[in-house]
Amino acid sequence: MGELMNTLQFYFSHSFVQRAFIVGMLIALCSSLLGVTLVLKRFSFIGDGLSHVAFGAMSAATVASTVLKAASHGDNDLPMWLAKLLDETNDMIVILPITLAAAIMLLKTGQNTKIKGDAAVAMISVGSLAVGYMLVNMFSSSANISGDVCGTLFGSQSILTLTNTEVVICIAMTVLVIGVFVLFYNKLFAVTFDESFAKATGVKADGYNLLIAVITALIIVLAMNLVGSLLISALIVFPALSAMRLFKSFLSVIICSAVISVICAGVGMILSILFSTPVGSTIVTADIVVFFIFRIISAILKRE
Amino acid sequence: MSEQMICRDVTLGYEGIAVAEGLSFTVSEGDYLCILGENGSGKSTLIKALLGLKDVMSGEIKWVNGASSREIGYLPQQTPVQRDFPASVREIVQSGCLAKCGLRPFYNKAEKARCDKMLDRLGITELADRCYRELSGGQQQRVLLARALCATEKMLLLDEPVTGLDPKAQLELYERIAKLNAKGITVIMVSHDVHMSVRYATHILHIGSHKQLFFGTKEEYAESRLGQSFILSEGGENVG
Repeated sequence: MGELMNTLQFYFSHSFVQRAFIVGMLIALCSSLLGVTLVLKRFSFIGDGLSHVAFGAMSAATVASTVLKAASHGDNDLPMWLAKLLDETNDMIVILPITLAAAIMLLKTGQNTKIKGDAAVAMISVGSLAVGYMLVNMFSSSANISGDVCGTLFGSQSILTLTNTEVVICIAMTVLVIGVFVLFYNKLFAVTFDESFAKATGVKADGYNLLIAVITALIIVLAMNLVGSLLISALIVFPALSAMRLFKSFLSVIICSAVISVICAGVGMILSILFSTPVGSTIVTADIVVFFIFRIISAILKRE
Repeated sequence: MSEQMICRDVTLGYEGIAVAEGLSFTVSEGDYLCILGENGSGKSTLIKALLGLKDVMSGEIKWVNGASSREIGYLPQQTPVQRDFPASVREIVQSGCLAKCGLRPFYNKAEKARCDKMLDRLGITELADRCYRELSGGQQQRVLLARALCATEKMLLLDEPVTGLDPKAQLELYERIAKLNAKGITVIMVSHDVHMSVRYATHILHIGSHKQLFFGTKEEYAESRLGQSFILSEGGENVG
């Protein structure tokens, strides 16, 4: 035990571990807040679809950056500048708009019935996975393509190479998400519980749906660093589902979900340091364990 | 009694195709109007139009004497989402006050007091901290009624409120709505059940496929050939 503590202390003395920890907790907090609304609105599929889109966008960004660098051989300034911009923003400048656009599109198709919502999600998510993987294979300069792809899908070491700027961006996003949540809490509740009633009383339900989709896209892009694009939905869905098992009011479900998510992220990251397991899947495993514990507790409570 | 809403030769439809034409009726303060009609007769479109969520294709819906489409306490049909929703009764009833908040993020004292008053009025004060999904169907409808009353006490618009309730709970809900109506709240109810409609309503609006078949008091309806044929042939069963 003492040895483990020493190991932990050793790791936490490094600033990159501290940064990873801060960012990890914040992302967990945001995704769980949003998760309750998404699960209850039956929107969790949008989260899942978007994470795949983000993967496709990331591949496109990587390819774009490679191509631009190749093109800038010589004296062409513009491609060089663009490539630098991509590098500096960690490809965010490409990923974010694409994911946002997909979020809005999914929401709109979910509402009109020409292409059923679930089919649209399947189409977009699998499509972007396929195209993304193909692009990376065709153009990537890296020698270790499958390693790169695996890292993007299941969480890479990018969480350990965060710059201060990225930490600041993450903190700003968290403040934004929490701010939106607190300010619009009652409206979000109304829109989640009963859209028709909310509309009838003059709440702009469509606007709030859009807000939810936009925030989802933001969080997914952020969370890709932490757990990888395939595992983001777990971060969104599990804490909310666990909390819903035990708690009976909307507020308590949201608070509990946030607490579960932050604790699981913390525990997951510590375990992954101690046992050198992948960060993303360790966090998600912690979430799964909590989900089953909550299930068992709720079953016991019901029997009594 | 003063008129609240006048619907004059209204045509409703989607994307240029009319689903109901020639709707003309008035609703006055304290009325209990039942809207009868088969599925697909445009009842739900009419509801949307009354709530101001959908424009009419022609004709007009006019609100008079201080009534407006924003002053309707709406009780929509239950959605699957709601049946296992983790929310306390108080949270749901309070959300009826949302329109009064405007841009203010939280409820003030007056709105909380109003919520308590409505809980009391529907006899669900002791359920206030219970979880919505654990309530019986009848209790859930009372919660939604309380929420609608938080929004307004002028007019209630109920969309097949008794669907899915057992007969005893149905009767109880009808009685409760009748009591609210007796206190002066205008009630508009979309219904399948001719017998209950004739029993509780003051006015009947019967929509057939594409056009209005009848509007008048329930006494006139019971004497009309249309009313009689429906009352006899349906024998208490659902029309739709």
